[in-house]
Amino acid sequence: MTQTALEQPFSRKRRFKNRLRNTFTNPYNIITLIALILLVYLIVVPLGEMIKTTLTLAASDLRRVKGGTEGEFTLYYWTRLLFSDVSRNLFWIPLKNSLIIALTTSMVSITIGALVAWLMVRTDLPGKNFFSLAIIIPYMLPSWCKSMAWLTVFRNETIGGAAGFLSYLGIQSPDWLAYGPVAIIIVLSIHYYAYAYLLVSAALRSVNSELEEMGEIIGAGKTLILRRITFPLVLPAILSSFILTFSKSMGTFGVPSFLGLKVNYYTISTSLYSTIQRQKGTGFAISLVLILLASINIFINQKLIGSRKSYATIGGKGGRSTLLPLGKWKWPIVALLILFLLVAVVLPLVILLYQTFMLRAGDYGLSNFTLHYWIGDADPNIADGLPGVFKYDQFWMYVKNTLMLVGFTSIIATVCGQMLGYINSRGRQLRSGKLVEQLVFIPYLIPSIAFGSMYLAMFMNTRYLNIFGLSIPVVPSLYGTFTILVLVSIVKHLPFASRAGTSNMLQISTELEEAGQLAGANFVTRFARIVFPLAKNGFMSGLMLILISIMKELDLIVILMSPSQATLPYMAYTYSNSGFQQPASAVSIVMFVMVFFFYWIANKFFHADIAGGM
Amino acid sequence: MSRIELKNINKYYGSNRVLKDVNLTIEDGEFMTLLGPSGCGKTTTLRVIAGLEKPQSGIITMDGRVIVNGEELFFESPAKRGLNLVFQSYALWPHMTVFDNVAFGLKVAKKSKQEINTLVHSALERMQIDKYAERYPSELSGGQQQRVAIARAIAGSPNLLLLDEPLSNLDAKLRIDMRSELKRLHQEMGTTVIYVTHDQVEALTMSTRIAIFFEGAIEQVAPPMELYQNPASLRVAEFIGNPRINLIDGDAKVENGCMTVTSALGTMVFDKEQFTDATPASSAFSCRVGFRPEQIHISRTEKPGAIKARVYSGMPAGSETLIQLVIGGHNFLGKQVGIRHYRADEEVWLTLDQRLVNVFDSGSGALIKLADTGEF
Repeated sequence: MTQTALEQPFSRKRRFKNRLRNTFTNPYNIITLIALILLVYLIVVPLGEMIKTTLTLAASDLRRVKGGTEGEFTLYYWTRLLFSDVSRNLFWIPLKNSLIIALTTSMVSITIGALVAWLMVRTDLPGKNFFSLAIIIPYMLPSWCKSMAWLTVFRNETIGGAAGFLSYLGIQSPDWLAYGPVAIIIVLSIHYYAYAYLLVSAALRSVNSELEEMGEIIGAGKTLILRRITFPLVLPAILSSFILTFSKSMGTFGVPSFLGLKVNYYTISTSLYSTIQRQKGTGFAISLVLILLASINIFINQKLIGSRKSYATIGGKGGRSTLLPLGKWKWPIVALLILFLLVAVVLPLVILLYQTFMLRAGDYGLSNFTLHYWIGDADPNIADGLPGVFKYDQFWMYVKNTLMLVGFTSIIATVCGQMLGYINSRGRQLRSGKLVEQLVFIPYLIPSIAFGSMYLAMFMNTRYLNIFGLSIPVVPSLYGTFTILVLVSIVKHLPFASRAGTSNMLQISTELEEAGQLAGANFVTRFARIVFPLAKNGFMSGLMLILISIMKELDLIVILMSPSQATLPYMAYTYSNSGFQQPASAVSIVMFVMVFFFYWIANKFFHADIAGGM
Repeated sequence: MSRIELKNINKYYGSNRVLKDVNLTIEDGEFMTLLGPSGCGKTTTLRVIAGLEKPQSGIITMDGRVIVNGEELFFESPAKRGLNLVFQSYALWPHMTVFDNVAFGLKVAKKSKQEINTLVHSALERMQIDKYAERYPSELSGGQQQRVAIARAIAGSPNLLLLDEPLSNLDAKLRIDMRSELKRLHQEMGTTVIYVTHDQVEALTMSTRIAIFFEGAIEQVAPPMELYQNPASLRVAEFIGNPRINLIDGDAKVENGCMTVTSALGTMVFDKEQFTDATPASSAFSCRVGFRPEQIHISRTEKPGAIKARVYSGMPAGSETLIQLVIGGHNFLGKQVGIRHYRADEEVWLTLDQRLVNVFDSGSGALIKLADTGEF
């Protein structure tokens, strides 16, 4: 034993023995060590692998590089991407397109979002309870579903395929409206305004209206107050949402792929997708550029807003708030909001649903009504013999895949998130806690599609580590397996899961745990009997939000997907690409129903904040 | 029941040294209070004893058994130290009933169901909250929660009971009730108690001894009334007592085993018996004369030997009256029992018993003249 009598002199040996014992019996150290190893293996190593692949000549490209040998160092992929005759189409034009889309989308969605936020928080708008929920709903529908709905309305005859609703009415929508940047920007704005809305309304709520009243007392007019007092106070929130929207729309894949590829309008993410199929090295290089752009963005965000953020909440928490009367504008504004919600939420859903009942796409007449795409048996004359989704074995398999994926992923991600949250909340002042926090944040920086390609680079082939002549497989080949989908989804959702876990754990005062420690409970007992029961609600609401987010996910897994592992979003995506509009819509509708069902459960039973999953 | 000895305890948070060579012996059965302003290290000391914080150096023994050896990184686990702690926030587990809160430690110790039942109910009865056994903490008032927290700490009959500002969240009336309750509990159980507070009245009324902390170091350890009558330094003198001690600047001269102090209160002469270890053998230096407001006797008529003073303002408060007085530009406070009405600028005559006066060295702040102790 290491117990010593008081008189015994200091012993270096005992100190060392005790140090070892203290280190390895401290559960915090053990969890942190495991977390660090896993995070390095799942985040840092794949990133490194991807960089390595862009600098290593692949066997398939030997004939393109004179005198090259497989596996040697090369700058071929980077020169091809940046300085070759194809780089204009491969990189520079898509980059320009992406920047235009991201910039415009951010401006449009922030204008909408901030305006709606101001209406909701600062004016006497009627029906606020209804609107506060309805305003968020558009965000629940995945953006690629909205683009499917968009096509259903605006698709014209010039591109081919079944024409849209407007065509049926005899109105030919011009190409620039049906496809390309305008369509993409509109669909993305309808989706992303929710960010600006949430951030700005939170900021507005924290502005004490006494600050504005002070302005009134010294004689400033309403617009002057709005311009000189209110606006500067919420400016940090606006900048924040700008950066957020910008980087999200920069990395998004689904929408530009639905609305751009048909007219050869490429963004950086769709260019990445199509390049990676042909030449991995160049594709990964695009990925890295995308990651770099996102990182710069976040960096600017921290630099720009970090220092100003502090005064965003000056004036305390809310306090009294005097509402601005809208007067005669009240009802027109309500009508406008409702119209907006109709266009953003109801219309896409109705259109998609309606489409599933049309035997021939594009014919909206009653005689064309059918239930074939839901419950019909296979008929070689319709959609290449695809049976109705409910009669289709593959559909049920995809449903099962989807549920399995979201089930596994959300449970594992949430458990990991709570553990990481525990580390973060208990180790704030320690270097290890900070390191874990920073590592976990990395997946947040990386756009989904780039993250997927990172995992492709890492898990394409089995990798061996040679130790003493023994080949030990350290990285298994997971491409095309269910495991890689689970893995990539977990790691990509870790930032959110750990943030949720941290705020959950911070609520549990350390004294409650210390009281258990004094009562003689060891770490496992304390976790099971004290920490977990208290963390349960936060745990479940975090789990539901992750579950929903993964269920809608397309960008992240589209690169890693193999037909047998496909999920519902992927099924809809491939159907739509093959021109099977009705089955695609039917699958989307099924997915909506599932997403809404889980939202309902999350909100009803676990009081999850719907906005929390962003 | 146990005797705790802290030897040269040092604790750092980064480069911030929060405990500086803390030495303290707590005798078996004592009610020791750690007293000091916030951030002085008293709670850290308590948490070091409990095993929730690890000091970088120093040794703690409990009945001769080493439980902490900072240099050798040996820290006995908190559960094996035979103690329990009542947290300032109570730290009751909100998802357990009162019964389960108290029973948790006993369950972890794998006691039989019957034994647990007996022990929990006896603890709850002792704190007079048996009837709330099936309630959840959120269904209890602050005072009741406090009782549950204490019941939880004493259920396992610890040898040492640690209390971290347990009364600071209670309202004034409950605080006085709980004070007497805790004092009784200590006397009935005979357990050694270490009690942390920043409230000097709590410390003075309950403890057998008080350790007073400033900036991470112990300044004085003494029984409560000794601390009040003979504070070891100016800092202690100013911290203990409400209203505060009066301090008036003066000049001291030590000669032939006698100290002569001249101040606005006149000239006082003290002999050797009243000196402390800090009293210099022979020199002249500036000093401060300390006396408590209640030690001044105020008379409205002139008396032989009395000092003339002017009333600045009188503040009757029912049970007592505080009087702000001025002598030659020096302001100080007097206190009388009952209701007195003084006019501003009224002339009064003061007498002060020299035996009760403290004198401090202005330079070092150390006490250099003892006051008589006993009941005054």
